Amino acid sequence: MSALKVVRPGLFDTVQDLGRIGYMALGMPTAGAMDRVGLALANALAGNPANTAGLEIGVMGPDLLVEAESVRIALTGPLSPALIEGDSPPKPLESDRSHLLKRGQILRVGMVEGSSTAYLAVAGGFTIAPFMGSLSTYARAGIGGFEGRKLAADDVLPLKLDSAPAGDERKLAGPFDYGSGPIRVIWGPQDDYFSEAGRQTFVTSEYTVSKEADRMGIRFEGPTIEHSKGADIISDGIGPGAIQVPGAGLPIVLLGDRQTVGGYSKIATVASVDLPRLGRLLPGRTVRFAAVSVADAESLRREQDARVQRAIAGFQVARPAGGIDLARLYEENLIDGIVYEREAVT
Amino acid sequence: MSVRYLSCGDTAFSVEFGNEISPQINGQVMALHAAIGQARAAGGLGGLVETVPSMRALMVTYDPLATTRAELQPQIDALIARGLATDAVGRKVRIPCCYDGEEFAPDLAEVAERTRKTPEQVIAAHLASPFKVYVLGFMPGLAYIAGLDPTLYLPRRAQPRVRLPRSTVAIAMDMTTIYPFESPGGWHLIGRTPLWMFDQRREQPVFLAPGDLLTFERIDRAQYDAIAQKVEAGTLDWSLFYSDWSELIEP
Repeated sequence: MSALKVVRPGLFDTVQDLGRIGYMALGMPTAGAMDRVGLALANALAGNPANTAGLEIGVMGPDLLVEAESVRIALTGPLSPALIEGDSPPKPLESDRSHLLKRGQILRVGMVEGSSTAYLAVAGGFTIAPFMGSLSTYARAGIGGFEGRKLAADDVLPLKLDSAPAGDERKLAGPFDYGSGPIRVIWGPQDDYFSEAGRQTFVTSEYTVSKEADRMGIRFEGPTIEHSKGADIISDGIGPGAIQVPGAGLPIVLLGDRQTVGGYSKIATVASVDLPRLGRLLPGRTVRFAAVSVADAESLRREQDARVQRAIAGFQVARPAGGIDLARLYEENLIDGIVYEREAVT
Repeated sequence: MSVRYLSCGDTAFSVEFGNEISPQINGQVMALHAAIGQARAAGGLGGLVETVPSMRALMVTYDPLATTRAELQPQIDALIARGLATDAVGRKVRIPCCYDGEEFAPDLAEVAERTRKTPEQVIAAHLASPFKVYVLGFMPGLAYIAGLDPTLYLPRRAQPRVRLPRSTVAIAMDMTTIYPFESPGGWHLIGRTPLWMFDQRREQPVFLAPGDLLTFERIDRAQYDAIAQKVEAGTLDWSLFYSDWSELIEP
């Protein structure tokens, strides 16, 4: 069996696809990638459809031993990966591109710097049985993904392909622009549970990501938001990015692993275009919120999707990874001419 | 019928039927949930992703790359205008429950004391309650089941338990529930069913569904063990509990 073996685990690495869709009525959270753009780009670099399950890397990634003839992996996000082979010192690799790895090599995914998530995709994906139609890990209930949990030492992730498909390595032409400025939100579903002053506080203040930030959601610190009808409602559905405000008045943005229904009033909901930014926010970062209409949020989302498609169409051919045999030739300057010629035409 | 549409971002909205918990309002929620399911099965409502019923509202999620709120909302309005069949009757489900002993029913004595009943009267009132599953949520397969005999209404425990066993049957406020996992919980524990509300070995892992009509039926510890063994082994046909499972507890 071809596989990637975890020789050293990271901190919060879980298998995720775009989520377990269609079971919220049974109380099943959707889970899924916190940054769907990052996963989609990693999959495209690896030659996969966008919904193929990959690894979501949190804080620090694993060391993965290649137990296959070869495997193409792709990394997206602010990572400084390295390749370890035999006793040689780790050789730095680039993120935001694909790499061809050979049997016995170890990919050190490394630290995620400046974001809370990064992604690793493998060409062809993993042969893990889906649960309720999805490979997304929902660790709170121990379901989905790899045994329903984050990766641990000696886990063996079975690969669908025994060797990497033929083809060039690919890279992003430039980092994807997730946008800056305020996080766009849509008022509701319970903005009428807050005073006018409370709503103003929410859209005019700076909020800081607290340490209580995980796949379920992010608690923010900052000025308290005043309710007018109280914090409690009759529990109703919680959409992605819902911003609930319990009695203490501080907002909590609910993300992938959120519960399906809840009983706190929700002042607003993060526009889907900005959910990937929320999925990347680290504790200590500050944000502001700005309200947009539903129709504007829908078009912003469609524009972002078009930009993802353009980024994929604009992939460049990348120099093969440092780890394959050809790398030695590059290092010894034996085929520089070919390399530069190829880069010149891309 | 007047409903309120509430925005839940650009991928969902809620259709709110009222601001109270009542069988009538929940019946309308479930009827729209069913009507949307039928319309989708017939190929309609493109771009709609799923619907999430709760006590008095139905959340509709959609893919903004495939449709828009402006396109979907009139179609939902039309379904409501056509009239919702609120007379739909949910599945009847019979839940075996053992109320015996401190291990399974640690709060039974306290509930009896606070409701001025004997423990046997508490059990009888629970067994006689006409329960209905209103909503699933909080954790996969956890059902909020309304219809508790009003003489058993109690607030949640002041101090929630950090850990209580899977399949514990509990009451609080006007509801009963069955914990699908070992988990924390603030309700009063009065029994345990051998059934699992969530079993990921099954193709349909969740046992209950919104709209199910429930009754609890009393079993003793030996009968509990007999059913629990089959549940553990994963060999049990769940459909028995929607009809007749008496064969399971015959000696």
